[in-house]
Amino acid sequence: MSESLIAMNRFGLGARGGDTAPARPRTWLVDQFARFDAHPAALATAPTSRAVATELADYQQQRRTMRQDGTLPPKRAAMAAPPSAPMSAMAGAADMMPRGVGAADGASRGASPPDDALKQARRFARRQSRDDYATLVGLRTNAALTTDAPFVERLVHFWANHFAVSADKLTVVGLAGTLEMEAIRPHVLGTFAAMLDAVERHPAMLLYLDQAVSVGPDSPLGQRVAQRTAQNGNLRKVGLNENLAREIFELHTMGVRTGYTQADVTEFARAMTGWTVAGLGRGAAAGGGAPGDFRFAPNIHQPGARMIMGKTYPAGGEAQAQAVLADIAVHPATATHLATKLARHFAGDTPPPAMVERLRTAFLRSGGDLPTVYRAIVDSPEAWVDAPVKFRTPWEWSIAAYRALGVKQVQPLAVVGLLNQLGQPVWKPGQPVGYDDIAGSWAGPDAVLRRVEAAERFATRASETIDARTLGTQLFPAALSPSTTQSLARAESPGQALALLLVSPEMMRR
Amino acid sequence: MDRRSFIARAGAVGLLGSFAPRMAFARAATPKRFVFIIQRGAADGLGIVGAVGDPAFAGARGDLAADVASGAKLDAMFALHPAMTTGATLYTQGQALFAHAIASPYRDRSHFDGQNVLETGGAGPYQYKDGWLNRLLGIVPTDDAKAIAVAATVPMALRGRYDVASYAPSSLPAASDDLLARVTQLYQGDAQLHALWNEATATRALTSDLAQDNGRNAAATGSLAARLLAPANGARVAMIETGGWDTHAGQRGRLAAQLKGLDAMIGALRTGLGPLWAATLVLVATEFGRTVAVNGTGGTDHGQASAAMLFGGGVKGGRVVSDWPGLTQASLYEGRDLKPTTQLDAFIAGAVADHFAIDPAKAMAALFPASAKVAAINGLIHT
Repeated sequence: MSESLIAMNRFGLGARGGDTAPARPRTWLVDQFARFDAHPAALATAPTSRAVATELADYQQQRRTMRQDGTLPPKRAAMAAPPSAPMSAMAGAADMMPRGVGAADGASRGASPPDDALKQARRFARRQSRDDYATLVGLRTNAALTTDAPFVERLVHFWANHFAVSADKLTVVGLAGTLEMEAIRPHVLGTFAAMLDAVERHPAMLLYLDQAVSVGPDSPLGQRVAQRTAQNGNLRKVGLNENLAREIFELHTMGVRTGYTQADVTEFARAMTGWTVAGLGRGAAAGGGAPGDFRFAPNIHQPGARMIMGKTYPAGGEAQAQAVLADIAVHPATATHLATKLARHFAGDTPPPAMVERLRTAFLRSGGDLPTVYRAIVDSPEAWVDAPVKFRTPWEWSIAAYRALGVKQVQPLAVVGLLNQLGQPVWKPGQPVGYDDIAGSWAGPDAVLRRVEAAERFATRASETIDARTLGTQLFPAALSPSTTQSLARAESPGQALALLLVSPEMMRR
Repeated sequence: MDRRSFIARAGAVGLLGSFAPRMAFARAATPKRFVFIIQRGAADGLGIVGAVGDPAFAGARGDLAADVASGAKLDAMFALHPAMTTGATLYTQGQALFAHAIASPYRDRSHFDGQNVLETGGAGPYQYKDGWLNRLLGIVPTDDAKAIAVAATVPMALRGRYDVASYAPSSLPAASDDLLARVTQLYQGDAQLHALWNEATATRALTSDLAQDNGRNAAATGSLAARLLAPANGARVAMIETGGWDTHAGQRGRLAAQLKGLDAMIGALRTGLGPLWAATLVLVATEFGRTVAVNGTGGTDHGQASAAMLFGGGVKGGRVVSDWPGLTQASLYEGRDLKPTTQLDAFIAGAVADHFAIDPAKAMAALFPASAKVAAINGLIHT
């Protein structure tokens, strides 16, 4: 591959039919930092987390009202759970699905007549969430198809996967995409610390990793409940949930086995109590703010100083966890972790140690300034080796295919369905670690077959005026292999030639 | 006639023709089937097989103890979650066995490291680059051991030097025969894509009538796996991935829904395999367990030991294998988790060795080299 092809495919999102190859590939990449638009026209109509959370809060309120006016039986004490739990229960059956198989509705549960109204409300809430999810997937795709800064757009996708939330629970389905729009895009060219802070206080993250319902045992609410439990026995239990605190250490910043201990996780979880979402979770009772807004709720915050990795963080409400985040954002282990993932993304599944070291140094010297790190990637010879270094993920392949065909706008549900079938549903990795970034996870026999099926469908819908032979040489000037060229020339129809081009070895990798 | 039924028929002709004796022989040598169902996300062993006879159980588990206590009694100590009705029936028939307080060698609390250890069979994460299920293919007594992942991609446990296929039902329209043939040409010179494509088309031929199933739920996945395993020239080893076990909040409803799905999957495997169930072993295992205490959100956090399960016609079942460590505060691992007292490695190697009639020490060395000095647990399977 020539350097301009590498810039467009490995760094960018794939050439568009009719694009001229950049004459100075490195400059073309770095200049995108000035061109990138965090709020492009393509995203102007994106649902916001406020809008999505308001729908959810309405549903939860409706349900509470039904319980209070006796339409519904009160919750059994045994079902004691945070407001989000009954909805997570619904996700349970769907979660049983093996990975890679399309998601379906939760199993229908036995319903008594009084449950009907609730079921209806729940169905409505779920439909709203799915609409929001699909709209956001469609807009994300459109942005990737129309952007002038495909390198930066790729980095947005990279960070959204790094800070993965998964659209499995009802509370997260509609919100998942808003995290990328609101916490990743505005900070993709800022510091890592700013992005980290924005992500961890975003409602999608607070709800996905259960932070929104975590309660400090010695907080005013924790104490009150403990007291009542002592008096009346068997009341709702409230307390700490260490899920987000652990994943911040393990996945978002330092990486697993880098020196923090179980005690550090627990202490950090205590510092994080109080971080919740207005109108939802523990924030529903806390009052103030539009639904979906970040809310620090002092009445569930664990009081006192915290000791984390040998450093004392004095009591300070919201600022306490913020101070911890600011420290670990620039921790050397964080630099190593992020440098490794970025090098893997641009230089191959086995990240070259010299490049990792270069990115790590750039990160630490600049205090986590992301454009500085991105420049170090562009300056790394390891990212410019001639042969393809990455097998495209289903998302990357789909976007590259749309771009090759000159598509500028998609049907949201078509993209949702396509990525489900290709095994990488958008914002739905199922686990907080996000999707893998190695060929072993994507280069499966069935996965390739699915791409062939999808390519045929692409081709039948594409304009008949596209000549795959011409398009092939436009997309890969002087780089189309003889065997691909021959296959295209021998195809029995223009549509078949196009399908073959889309699954050619040149399109499968970057 | 479309291409897929053509291949299926061609295969049938081959079977009756010159290949018949060899296939028949291989079939006689190893009628055994093995299915590994991985529970990703750390399934709560205490919620699935509750130690209802332990005096500390109800107190430690609070609300979560109630469900499991209402399930089938397995023995004086343990009860099975009521959502597992098929599991309970198999248990009374002596075809289900549970192991408790069991864990891989991994002693930390990261899902992803824990799953890596569970799947690679190492003593620590990323020690091996291949999976124990793939290494198993090298020691099962048959010339044509085939494995398949019932998913679009190949999970870690199945990755390694032996070729493995993957299959998941697709709702995309099947590509036309002519295009498939041309893709074969297109990939001729590309080693990686050529190999993947060969696997894909071979598997497609075998499963041509399965797409209609569409795998919409756990039972359908169980049936699909059964159909991939049942043919004489089908897979001998299959792996099914399940997720959703990470019950940090609202565990009661979620775990019940999860177990209902798992139970349906096992029921579908048994039904789908029919007479072959007698020659089938199903293992269910997770990367680690969950805290003994309930957390502040009606769930449990990452812990250590959990429960593992064996199902199948040859299982010496109807019992719970456990060196029970107890649930008093002093007996917990780091004061919070069920203490591991049985090694999952030895349990898996012992079951698999007896199932395939392999020397247990050989199985241990091949599957779990890091634990090779530990003796495989014997007596789990009728031999």
